[in-house]
Amino acid sequence: MTTLTKPEDAPAPTASESFLSVRDLNVRFSTEGGIVKAVNGLSFDLERGKTLGIVGESGSGKSVTNLSILGLHAPETTTVEGEIWVDGQDVTDLSRKQLEGLRGNKISMIFQDALTALSPYYTVGRQIGEPFRKHTGASKSEARARAIEMLGKVGIPDPKNRVDDYPHQFSGGMRQRAMIAMALVCNPSLLIADEPTTALDVTVQAQILDLLKDLQQEFGSAIILITHDLGVVANTADDILVMYAGRAVERGTTREVLKSPQHPYTWGLLSSMPGLSGDVDEPLRPIPGTPPSLLNPPSGCPFHPRCEFVDLVGGSACSTERPALPAGRGSACHLTAEQKRQVFIEKIQPRLG
Amino acid sequence: MSENKTTKAVGDSATAVKDRPLLEVEGLTKHFPIYGGFPFKRQVGAVQAVEGVTLDVFPGESLGLVGESGCGKSTTGRMLTRLLEPTGGTIKYEGRDITHANRRELAPIRSEIQMIFQDPYASLNPRQTVGKIISGPMEINDINPPGGREARVRELLETVGLNPEHYNRFPHEFSGGQRQRIGVARALALEPKLIIADEPVSALDVSIQAQVVNLLQELQRERGIAFVFIAHDLSIVRHFSQRVAVMYLGKLVEIADRDTLYSGPRHPYTHALLSAVPETDIDVQKRERIRLVGDVPSPIMPPSGCRFRTRCWKAQDKCATEEPPLVQLSGNKAGHLTACHFPEDPTIDVGARKEDVVMDPALRSLEKDAKKS
Amino acid sequence: MLQFLIRRTFGAFLILVLISAITYFMFFAIPQDPALLACGKNCTPDALAVVHKNLGLDQPVPVQYWHYVVGIVMGRDIQGGHCAAPCLGVSFANGRNVWSTILDRFPLTLSLMVGGAIVFLIVGLGAGMLAAYKKGSLTDKIFSGGSLVLSSLQIYFLGPLVVLALVISTGWLEMPSYTPISENPVAWFSGLVIPWAVMATIFTAQYTRMSRSSMIEQLQEEHVRAARAKGMSAPYVFFRYAWRGSLIPIVTILGIDIGALLGGGIVTEITFNLAGIGRLARDSVIQKDLPMTLGVMLFSSAFILLCNIVVDACYAFIDPRVRLS
Repeated sequence: MTTLTKPEDAPAPTASESFLSVRDLNVRFSTEGGIVKAVNGLSFDLERGKTLGIVGESGSGKSVTNLSILGLHAPETTTVEGEIWVDGQDVTDLSRKQLEGLRGNKISMIFQDALTALSPYYTVGRQIGEPFRKHTGASKSEARARAIEMLGKVGIPDPKNRVDDYPHQFSGGMRQRAMIAMALVCNPSLLIADEPTTALDVTVQAQILDLLKDLQQEFGSAIILITHDLGVVANTADDILVMYAGRAVERGTTREVLKSPQHPYTWGLLSSMPGLSGDVDEPLRPIPGTPPSLLNPPSGCPFHPRCEFVDLVGGSACSTERPALPAGRGSACHLTAEQKRQVFIEKIQPRLG
Repeated sequence: MSENKTTKAVGDSATAVKDRPLLEVEGLTKHFPIYGGFPFKRQVGAVQAVEGVTLDVFPGESLGLVGESGCGKSTTGRMLTRLLEPTGGTIKYEGRDITHANRRELAPIRSEIQMIFQDPYASLNPRQTVGKIISGPMEINDINPPGGREARVRELLETVGLNPEHYNRFPHEFSGGQRQRIGVARALALEPKLIIADEPVSALDVSIQAQVVNLLQELQRERGIAFVFIAHDLSIVRHFSQRVAVMYLGKLVEIADRDTLYSGPRHPYTHALLSAVPETDIDVQKRERIRLVGDVPSPIMPPSGCRFRTRCWKAQDKCATEEPPLVQLSGNKAGHLTACHFPEDPTIDVGARKEDVVMDPALRSLEKDAKKS
Repeated sequence: MLQFLIRRTFGAFLILVLISAITYFMFFAIPQDPALLACGKNCTPDALAVVHKNLGLDQPVPVQYWHYVVGIVMGRDIQGGHCAAPCLGVSFANGRNVWSTILDRFPLTLSLMVGGAIVFLIVGLGAGMLAAYKKGSLTDKIFSGGSLVLSSLQIYFLGPLVVLALVISTGWLEMPSYTPISENPVAWFSGLVIPWAVMATIFTAQYTRMSRSSMIEQLQEEHVRAARAKGMSAPYVFFRYAWRGSLIPIVTILGIDIGALLGGGIVTEITFNLAGIGRLARDSVIQKDLPMTLGVMLFSSAFILLCNIVVDACYAFIDPRVRLS
C-alpha cells in the first residue's frame, strides 16, 4: 500500500451548537463481488433548524449515510463504524428498541418515490397516524384527527374525506405531500429528505420545495436534503456538502460552494449543467469518464482519474496521497488555496456564463 | 391584443424559412381507448393523450418538445416515428403522407427517421453483442455499406466515443452513459435525416448527461441531422434546441424560437414552467415566482376550453367555453405562436409582476402566517 | 365489486355449457356403444334396441344433449321415474341417480381438500416466512432444502409408507377411513389425519418456497423500509406491511392448485381406498358410464370455477387497488 492517509480532522462535537454530529463515519457492505466501501471517513455537523444539502451522483454514498443515521441498513451485510451524535446521544450505540423510539419521532425521513414508499394496502390516514399513535400513545380517533390536520397543513384539499383514501387514489404530488405529512406528524427535530422531488414534475417540485421550506419555519426541524441536483439545494439549503465516491470532497455555506467552489468535482458538476441563461453555443463541459467502482476505489484522491488539474499539483501526490477535508469551509484537494481561486476565476467562471 | 393573427408555425427565420419542412404535422391526435362497462365490456372513454398537435420540423434543425408527465410529448414522438398509429391528423415526411402508411410503404422512410430511447438499460437487447445491436438496422433494411457492416459499426462506435474494439461485448459490460452512446450509434447506423430523441439523458447522472448532450449536439451540427428533442428538463432543451414547443395535457400551448420562448413567453403555463426550474445561481432572484396548485389533471376528462384553465391565475369564463387557438399574438415575432385568451407580458423578470403568483393554498396560508409573525 | 362478481359468474356459466357440450359429443365419438353396459352379459340385438330406447340413445346426439341440458335446469322424466332438477341423469351402470351419488361422495373429497389445504397453508406459509426472516441462516437452508426433497415425493409412494409405519407396524394412528363429520367429528378427524398429512407434505414444499421468495421480495420494498423509518417495530412491519403483499402470489398459486388438489384427490382416494369424487370419476370412465362421467366432470368444473371466483374476491380483499379500480 502506497496510499498515505492523513487523519480526518474530527474535533469533538460541541453539544451546545450541533444537533446532529457525524464523526468519521465508515459504512461497508459485503457483496458477492467483495466489500463495497460506501462511505469513508465522513464527518459533518448540522444545527437545529438549519438545512444541509448533500449533493452527489449515484453511488456517492449520500443515501447510505442517511440510512445509517436511522439505523436502517441491513445488519447482516453492513458494518457501520464511527459516531453519529443526535441531540447528545450516539445512535450507533442504541438498542433496537431505542432506535425505534427515535425513528419517525425525533428523526424522520422522506423517500424519493412516494408511490413505492407508501404501502398500497392501508389508507393514507392510517399510515400518517401510525407513528403518531406509536410515539405519543394517542388513541385511534386522535391519530385520525391529527392525520386530517397534517393533510390540511401540507395542502391536500378536503382532508376530512381524503384521509380515508388509499395512496393510489392520490396524484403524484399529493402522495409526496402525504409523505411529508407522515414525516412531520411527530414534530421531528431532524428531517431527512432523500431526493424528495426527483420523481416529480418541475412545477410540482417547486411547490414541494417551497412547502418544505415553509414547514421548516413552522416546525423548526433541521433538514438534510439529499439530491443530485445543485439547483434544488441552491434555494433551500444553508450549507452544502458535496460527496464523491463515498467521501465528502467539499463543504461550505450554499453561497460559498455555489459562488466560489474549490473542488474540481464541484466545478465539473456546475459546468456540466446548462442554465436558463448563458451562451447556448458554448458546449457543456462534462466531467470525463465515469464514477469509480466502490469495490475498488482509486488510490489517493478518488477523483484523480477524472480530474483535469492533476498536472497543476505536480508529482504523484494526487494518485498516492488522499487529500484531507478540513473542518468548516474547505475542499479535499491538493491544489493550494491560491491555485483553486485562480483556476476557478480564470477557467471555470467563464464557462458558467 | 386586439387582433390575433393566425399563421402556421414557421422555423427559425434566419435558417429555415426558405427550406421546405422535412416533417409536417397537422392536427395530430392520439386517443387510447378505455374499456369497461357492464355486463359487456365496451369502450367507455379515451385517454386523450395528444390532441391536435400541429408543427413542422425543418431539415437540420433541432426542435425541443417540453412538458410535464402526461402532456403527450412521448406519445407524439412515438407517432412521428410511427411506432404508434395516430387516431387523427396527418404526418407528412418530405411531402409524402405517412400517417397511416403500412409496413411496405414505410420501409424506405424507416431508415431516415430513427429514435433514441430514454432508458439505456431497457432499450438494448441484453443477449446481443454491441456489434449485432448496431448492425441490426442495416440488416433489417438490407443495407451493405462499402467495406462491410462490421467496419461501419466500428466507425460508428468511434463516432460516439466508444472503443471500436468493444464490438463483441454485451450491453451489461457498459455503464449507463456508454449504453446511451450505443443507442445513439444504432440510430446513426442508417444515416438518418431525422432523430426523435425521447428523454435521451434523463436516466443519466448529471456529469454523464453533459457528455451525451455534447455528442448529440456535435452530430446535429456536423451531419445536419434534424432532431426532435423530447425532454422535461427545460435547461437541457434550451441548450440543445433552436426552436421549442411547450405541451400541456396533450396540446401544444406555445411554440417559438429559443430566445423568445425563454425570455419572452406569453402563455401562463410557460411562465410557470420557467419559474419552477431550480437554478444554481443564487445571487439575485431574477425571475418571477409562480407556484401552481396541484398536479396536471387527468387526460381522460380534460377541462373544457383551455386545458390549463383549472390551474391558471388568469382564467376567466371565456377560458372554459372557448378553446384558445394556437396563433401569433399581436406584438409577437413570426413563428411565435401561443394558445391563450389572456396572455402574459413577454418578460419573466421579477420586477414585471407586482406580487408572486401563489396558487397553492397550503403555501399561501403558511406564507401568510410567516409574514404575520 | 358486485358487477365484477356477476360478470365472473356469467362467464363461468358459459364455460360450463361449453365443457358439457364438448364432453358430451366427445363421448359419442368413442366407437363402443354405451348401451352394452346397461344391457348386461346376455345381450341380444333385440334387448339392446330396448335399452337404446330406454336410455334415449336412439335419438340424434344433439337432441339427447338438449334433453340433458333441459334436465339440469328443470328436471325430467327418465327411465320411468322422475329425476328432479338439477338432473344429471341416471347411471348406465347401476341405474342410480347421478346427482345424489355425487352429493353422497362429495363430503369426503371436500374434507380431504380443505383439511389438506389448511395443513399445507399453515405449515408452508409459516416455514416460508421463517426462512425469509432468517434468510441465509441454517434454518433457511434446512427449510429450503427440505422442501425441495419433499416436493419430489409422490402420494402413492409416501402414502403406503406412512400407513405401514404409523398404522400397521406401530398402531399409533388409525387406518384412513371416512366418517361424516356430522356423525362423529373425532372419528372424522382421526380417519383423515394420514391422508391430510401426506397430501400436505407434497403441496407444502411449493408454498414454502413461494412464501419465502415473495416475503423476501416484500421485505425489500420501499414501503417496508419506510414503515421501519417511522419507528414501527420489526414484527409489526413484518406482519402488517410485508406479509400482506406476499399473499398475492400465494393466492394466485392456490387458485391454480385447486384443480391439482381435485386431481391429487383421485390419487389420494385410491391410495387410501377412500370412496370420494375421485374414485367415482375413475370408475365411471372405466365403465364408460356417460351420465356419471359427465356429471362428475360438470360438478368438478363448477367447483373449480366457483373457487376461482372466490380467489378473485380474495385479491380484492387483500389489495385495495383491485377493489377500487
